[in-house]
Amino acid sequence: MAPLVPSQAELDRRRIVDINPETVSNIPSTDFPGHWPGESHEWSLDKFKEGFHVDFHNNEQFESSFSLIGLDASIANAFRRILMAEVPSVAIEYVFVHNNTSVIQDEVLASRLGLIPFKGSVEGINWMRWFKKPTDDDPESGSTPSDYNTIVLRLDVECTKNPNAAPTEDDPRKLYKNAHIYAKDITFHPVGRQEQFFVGEDAIQPVNPDILVAKLRPGQKIDMELHCVKGIGADHAKFSPVATATYRLMPDIQILRPIIGEDAKKFAKCFPHGVIGLEPVTRQEAAKKGSGYEGHEGEMKAVVRDAFNDTVSRECLRHEEFQGKVKLGRVRDHFIFNIESTGQFESDTLFLESVKVLKLKCARWKRGLMDLTR
Amino acid sequence: MPGSVHSQDQDQFMMDAAPQEQEQQFDQEDELELEEKRIVVLPGATETAASFQFEGEGHTLGNSLRYAIMKNPQVEFCGYTIPHPSESKMNLRIQTYDTTNAIEALEKGLESLMDLCDVVTEKFTSARDSFNAAEADKMSS
Repeated sequence: MAPLVPSQAELDRRRIVDINPETVSNIPSTDFPGHWPGESHEWSLDKFKEGFHVDFHNNEQFESSFSLIGLDASIANAFRRILMAEVPSVAIEYVFVHNNTSVIQDEVLASRLGLIPFKGSVEGINWMRWFKKPTDDDPESGSTPSDYNTIVLRLDVECTKNPNAAPTEDDPRKLYKNAHIYAKDITFHPVGRQEQFFVGEDAIQPVNPDILVAKLRPGQKIDMELHCVKGIGADHAKFSPVATATYRLMPDIQILRPIIGEDAKKFAKCFPHGVIGLEPVTRQEAAKKGSGYEGHEGEMKAVVRDAFNDTVSRECLRHEEFQGKVKLGRVRDHFIFNIESTGQFESDTLFLESVKVLKLKCARWKRGLMDLTR
Repeated sequence: MPGSVHSQDQDQFMMDAAPQEQEQQFDQEDELELEEKRIVVLPGATETAASFQFEGEGHTLGNSLRYAIMKNPQVEFCGYTIPHPSESKMNLRIQTYDTTNAIEALEKGLESLMDLCDVVTEKFTSARDSFNAAEADKMSS
């Protein structure tokens, strides 16, 4: 059978997920061999290369936004899931409490400490290895803490009275010393080769020094040793290197029939600011028969200016006067990613890391498959 | 830790190993772990139709691999399921036409997914670099 070539209109229709007043339709992707008679849709790296684009919108150190265009949802979703659950980062995992006379319980304090995001030399963190946890069956099976799998931090503070405080003072932070314990009070103690990696600015330190950890009163003490290990978000959310990693599909607005005059203003109000613009109807448009603009030269008409910022609220579909004049949708293969790092890695590096993790995963299972056939 | 792509195994005796030796050791560890965690072919498989069980995988690999395998015209059917949410296991079903077999289709799927990753990395890096350059230009002018 000769390959059938679908029309451009048909291809455009397939690219849009329809958003109707009460439903969504045309949801699943259909670009598979055998779905459309006479069309191939076979996997081709060259075709993928041709159709795939990346568009950056914003690239700050810890927050970036970009579009991946020409990708299937399953792949985009894999990257998002990996970002949250499988890109490794370091966090406090073991807390050895030597002394804790504060009112906050050991386990609560340990849990709070675990959630503090830390940063340090990326090279050093990549050099670090996993710390294997002992299993219940064999308590001896865990790793021994070493320079390449454990980072040692200490929190050793005592609250005392401040003899220089004014007698009328009622702010505990001035009345006492060390009344508030912050993340910056945690000290880093490098061992072995860590001294080469984590020096100066690159030392292991909290991303935000002002996270409140505990409050003390005179005579209360906290003395603990904290062991950081490398882990992944699937094990515990504290290991997740991203604050958020999300995507949304590019909104699509099509004005099917002219919206003119007062209606146009009302129509623009149905969308976030800047999404719909107003333009005067030109002479050519007004002269064209059947365009719907006849006799409206100079009046304002609604045009789609920037669908990117639309929230797809469907407000315009609720009004009688826009019935059948507008079609809402989302572009199936245009993913607008937003990645916010917790501060350990740069947000764009995190995405590259997630791609690397997916590739490693495939490589590993491929090797597993070879064992199967051998 | 389920789902990790990296070797979690470490032996006690490598503690004092030099960095290079350590690297080598980890590669071997990687292999070791693979021996333990193999793809299991579920009972009832024929040449062209088989169900594979992946230990420690979820929707992340399941759905993307399903997509990659379905892109193969020699594959009649491909689908995945996570039979129980509290077991981190993923079952992948492949049925092919007579021109190939299920294992080949799976291997091809993994390969195309890896190729895809390379393209994504390449395009992402170049887009980022040109964006950063453009931003720097804006700042300086």
